[in-house]
Amino acid sequence: MIIGEQKPLNEICEILEGHHRILIAGCRSCVAICLAGGEKEVGILAESLRLHSDLEGKGWEIEEVTVERQCEKEWVREIAPKVEGKDAVLSIACGVGAQTIQAMYPKVRALPGLNTSNMGAPVEPGIFLERCGGCGDCVLHLTGGICPIVRCAKSLLNGPCGGSQNGKCEIGRDTPCAWEEIYQSLKELGRLDLLEANIPPKDWTPSRSGGPRKIVRPEAVMSETERQLRGER
Amino acid sequence: MSQGKRIIAYCCEHGGIGAVERAEEEHRQSSPDVVIIPVKCLGRVDVLHLLQAFREGADAVFVVGCLEKNCHHLYGNIEARKRVDQAKHVLDSLGLNGERVEMFNMASNQGLEFMQSAEIMIERVERLGPNPLRVKR
Amino acid sequence: MKADSNLERVLSSGKFAVTAEIGPPRSASADPVRKKAEGMRGCADAFNLTDNQTAMSRMSSIACAVVLMQQGLEPVVQMTCRDRNRIAMQSDVLGASALGVRNVLCLSGDHQSFGNMKEAKNVYDIDSIQELMILRKMRDEGKLWNGDELEVAPKLFLGAAANPFADPFEFRVTRLAKKVTAGADFVQTQSIYDMERFERWMALVRDRGLHEKVHIIAGVMPLKSQKIALYMKNKVSGMIVPDAIVERMRNAKDPKDEGVRICVEQIEHLKGIDGVHGVHIMAVNWEEIVPRIVRGAGLTSRQ
Repeated sequence: MIIGEQKPLNEICEILEGHHRILIAGCRSCVAICLAGGEKEVGILAESLRLHSDLEGKGWEIEEVTVERQCEKEWVREIAPKVEGKDAVLSIACGVGAQTIQAMYPKVRALPGLNTSNMGAPVEPGIFLERCGGCGDCVLHLTGGICPIVRCAKSLLNGPCGGSQNGKCEIGRDTPCAWEEIYQSLKELGRLDLLEANIPPKDWTPSRSGGPRKIVRPEAVMSETERQLRGER
Repeated sequence: MSQGKRIIAYCCEHGGIGAVERAEEEHRQSSPDVVIIPVKCLGRVDVLHLLQAFREGADAVFVVGCLEKNCHHLYGNIEARKRVDQAKHVLDSLGLNGERVEMFNMASNQGLEFMQSAEIMIERVERLGPNPLRVKR
Repeated sequence: MKADSNLERVLSSGKFAVTAEIGPPRSASADPVRKKAEGMRGCADAFNLTDNQTAMSRMSSIACAVVLMQQGLEPVVQMTCRDRNRIAMQSDVLGASALGVRNVLCLSGDHQSFGNMKEAKNVYDIDSIQELMILRKMRDEGKLWNGDELEVAPKLFLGAAANPFADPFEFRVTRLAKKVTAGADFVQTQSIYDMERFERWMALVRDRGLHEKVHIIAGVMPLKSQKIALYMKNKVSGMIVPDAIVERMRNAKDPKDEGVRICVEQIEHLKGIDGVHGVHIMAVNWEEIVPRIVRGAGLTSRQ
């Protein structure tokens, strides 16, 4: 899932400056799970902003909405009546959600109320850890099911650097060394042999280096004919 | 609105209301500025309730629940403390001062403790002044 | 000879090599480099120039290397993967080689969070092992990593780092083996204080026959004070400083003298370990002490 964190309240207030009719748009998917942008957070943020508006005499009109999945236009389309007449939508979904809103409602400003951080997992209540770098060329089969691209601070592919000590990364004692974890995992799996081979320089073209990525699933792509038959949506 | 202070106390049915009732039994004079709102359990009190009280003009809000490890509903009071901390953070960000919201734990027989917690909040409001929103209205 | 550098000649001849570290200045003037190098003339077969060590911007290691060569001294250019991608790496190596640099030490590099510009974005397009693979291909095949032919191949004597004190211990020798496979001709180790652990590591190195495939240069760092010893022990990740050494520094009348004494003793000990072909002296911000250490260890008259 995508992990994000709400921007500090005063930064949000600054971003909203100059707008009056504001819709706060949350998302019931990933950001709800990481307690950053679900219905509940929309409510608290809206109330906080109303307090701010009252205190500062801003006269903001704040409405709330939470979308099932803000990254999908089918869901975002449904909030059209709410967006109508607003001069800003403050999205507290991930950056994908905010962009979807902007794309669907080009005349209204879509403003970010959340910092999208990473692809990760809730490891225990309230703790979310990055797990995948979306590099487009997975190596988990070589690394004991632990991603060195994001879990190693240097994205090393051939083992731990000299800063790995007592299972911790050199960047901080509360950061585990991914390569220590990889080593232990492969040991457990009886596959330490995988660590003997040198992994050559990685092809980063399927990663961010290749520009915005596009994935095509031919079985779902609609031809012109199919589009006509189904009726344009 | 009245000249007096406006302080909201969310009290759970066990430790909180118990302490309020004990204070009455002991004939302790409670302040007319403190409005007591009973709730089933503090676990039910959300940041939203705390913030709404301020928007409605409260000068301060405090929540009173059972002693730690003695919550009638096991951990409602622990949840509440986290919500209060969250609300403090919001109030600080808005320049309202997080001290306007507080949490107190007590047993149902601690009438004096309830009176003291109310006193603490009254003193804070005297020091911080009324809720600026109430002054404006 | 792969590069015919002085360091390569010394190591190939079986002589015990000495390398010493020079930290480039935070300055646009090369005078501090000249001064440090001049002070160590005759003390080492080659001098390492650190590459923005601890992720702090300093004069580039290649530029400092040129300054050293102008003085008739031999540099080892350190090159980290933190600040350059494979394009810049290969370009820098071609340039360095054209300017006469022969020894290159391939490193991952300290994470930028240690530095004075923590907000920086790191590169890590490749890691130190991949850096060795790329540089060896340039030298041996006369090709860039993508296969493009080089008109003239760089002459390189390739170095790598090894840290016997980092974890997991059992993997440390495997990692060295990987570096040897990738192309390391020589290895400089992290500063050794825990001699027992170093000896255990060397035994594993010999078990795999790696000491015959790569020249191992053991790292030493003279301690100036007990405070520094404690800092190394407690704050530097991947460093082990035994209590006995901290105690010696604490009890010393003159801690600097004691630091030199410990360092000389360590070198004497290292000279006797099978497979150790030299020492690398890292006297960080204390380069002027190197001649005394080298004399004390009976390793003078070089270059």
